[in-house]
Amino acid sequence: MKILAPVKRVLDYNVKARVKSDQSGVDLANMKMAMNPFCEIAVEEAVRLKEKGVAEEIVVVSIGPIQAQETIRTALAMGADRGILIQTDTDPEPLEVAKLLKAVALAEEPSLILMGKQAIDGDNNAVGQMLSALLDWPQATFASSLEVTGAVAKVTREVDGGLQTLELDLPAVVTADLRLNEPRYASLPNIMKAKKKTIDIKTVDDYGGLTSPHLSVTKVAEPPKRVGGVKVDSAATLVAKLKTEAGVI
Amino acid sequence: MAVLVFADHDNVTLKDNTHKTVTAALSLSGDVDILVAGQGVAGVAAEAAKIAGVRKVLTAESEALGRQIAEAVAGAVTPLMADYDALLVPATSVGKNFAPRVAALLDVAPISEIIEVVDSQTFTRPIYAGNALETVVSSDPKKVITVRATAFKAAGEGGSAAITAVDPGPGAPKTRFVSDELVKSDRPELAGAKIVVSGGRAMGSAEEFQRVIEPLADKLGAAVGASRAAVDAGYAPNDYQVGQTGKVVAPQLYVAIGISGAIQHLAGMKDSKVIVAINKDGDAPIFQIADYGLVADYKTAIPELMSALETVKA
Ligand SMILES: Cc1cc2nc3c(=O)[nH]c(=O)nc-3n(C[C@H](O)[C@H](O)[C@H](O)COP(=O)(O)OP(=O)(O)OC[C@H]3O[C@@H](n4cnc5c(N)ncnc54)[C@H](O)[C@@H]3O)c2cc1C
Ligand SMILES: Nc1ncnc2c1ncn2[C@@H]1O[C@H](COP(=O)(O)O)[C@@H](O)[C@H]1O
Repeated sequence: MKILAPVKRVLDYNVKARVKSDQSGVDLANMKMAMNPFCEIAVEEAVRLKEKGVAEEIVVVSIGPIQAQETIRTALAMGADRGILIQTDTDPEPLEVAKLLKAVALAEEPSLILMGKQAIDGDNNAVGQMLSALLDWPQATFASSLEVTGAVAKVTREVDGGLQTLELDLPAVVTADLRLNEPRYASLPNIMKAKKKTIDIKTVDDYGGLTSPHLSVTKVAEPPKRVGGVKVDSAATLVAKLKTEAGVI
Repeated sequence: MAVLVFADHDNVTLKDNTHKTVTAALSLSGDVDILVAGQGVAGVAAEAAKIAGVRKVLTAESEALGRQIAEAVAGAVTPLMADYDALLVPATSVGKNFAPRVAALLDVAPISEIIEVVDSQTFTRPIYAGNALETVVSSDPKKVITVRATAFKAAGEGGSAAITAVDPGPGAPKTRFVSDELVKSDRPELAGAKIVVSGGRAMGSAEEFQRVIEPLADKLGAAVGASRAAVDAGYAPNDYQVGQTGKVVAPQLYVAIGISGAIQHLAGMKDSKVIVAINKDGDAPIFQIADYGLVADYKTAIPELMSALETVKA
């Protein structure tokens, strides 16, 4: 079985996003970038399926600037087999990403698409669901456990009230939640090996091109600042203040 | 313009997220209908019909809708959109799961977790774990939007909308429901609670979490939350997680105990009215946003807090 793993290059999760002073966006110049943490979890899961003998090949795809090659390279060092970079300097919105990934899926014919539930820059939480709808493949989002047996994937999902387990007929789309696994650090030998793996550099036109965006961002502002209050000296003072000053108990 | 609101419910009770989403919908249009998709939802539909300002309530029922399987819900909702200019869905795990599918099937761009309606095309939403707020203009003829319910007031009661059944759609032939493992609790629901008490990694074990956090929550009539570190370590179930990738809460009072205040945690609670932090590290980032901070070991602070509450209540 072949697995397709779409990965996104984003601002490293340890770096605090800063809004540009002209409110045109978040400042990414010279910032540390990394693979979206949820994509990393998806790649890890794919590698584990390969190690178990369930999957034969893992293809990683990223849509983004030329530097997204580094993100693909990270996935190759974790154990993926080859990469595709669809190079673009625009920042395509989820609908466009889903359409490009659909074209990749039709060309590669994977049995499973394993991806992140959410990219931590735009926090859209949309591409997996849209890709599944466009392909008319079943979906399981927010996966915290995944088992593949024959042509069926059994997925436990994190839902508001607890957990839900579904069975999907393959091919299917599964999006990873945080507790699916803990991604490995690539070993030095594997990092060296990854340098020899292929990354095909493609254009958006190789996969049907970009449609014109449906959304335009007119402003990116800082959220209202919350200022810290006071330190209290004891639990008794705390309770007194909550009662009389704040009036919340 | 006409707006369809997707009702949040568990086939038995209608959730307050619905009332809040109706408020967002009413700021777009006076023509607001509600869809209750599920199984055995007559009672839920009757509740929805009482929300003030609602024109009519649609019900769609099938087994797959009863489980709120994304493919089935999108299959029922998408054809209905012929009659609407916008779909507003509470940003719950169900809403996030199916709404982007409807957008893809309509070939429009979904707009996730809005916190403000600026005008009928323009919305504000948090990005980067709430470290920035984006104003986005949609040129789509039909909008598909998920709504962060904590940002809107609940619509009142007093309506008497008519209830009509609609086609439940084709179901989800390639997806089968296997089981649910839902956490049962007599406490208020985290998302809508007036007071939330959350514990972090400092608890050290599930037993300690239960021994410390739960009695305090019970005393305050609060819901229980947790940091990701506490959930990851197995001290608390996953549906307690507050944050960027957990639940977003905005209670009157949020009490963080042994939580450092990582940006991903703050993303889920920094809109709370009053924030209390109890942490033994006076430099913990949580104190930068806490209204009241107590630098102390929770092991001594919580018993003192319990007895101080006793005195106040008496
Ligand atoms: C993609 C991504 C998404 C994430 N999403 C979320 C999310 O949704 N929600 C979330 O919470 N996190 C999330 N995280 C994790 C987040 O970055 C932090 O790791 C996490 O919030 C830390 O939890 P904590 O504060 O309990 O633990 P720690 O950071 O370890 O803090 C423990 C605190 O307890 C204090 N302490 C220890 N002992 C005591 C004592 N005896 N008495 C009093 N205080 C004590 C310490 O001083 C410390 O401040 C996410 C991370 C990533 C990468
Ligand atoms: N530019 C991109 N290139 C590759 N995959 C992407 C891209 N954008 C989003 N994705 C995938 O879609 C998932 C969800 O992203 P989003 O819906 O944007 O929050 C991510 O975790 C990735 O797996």
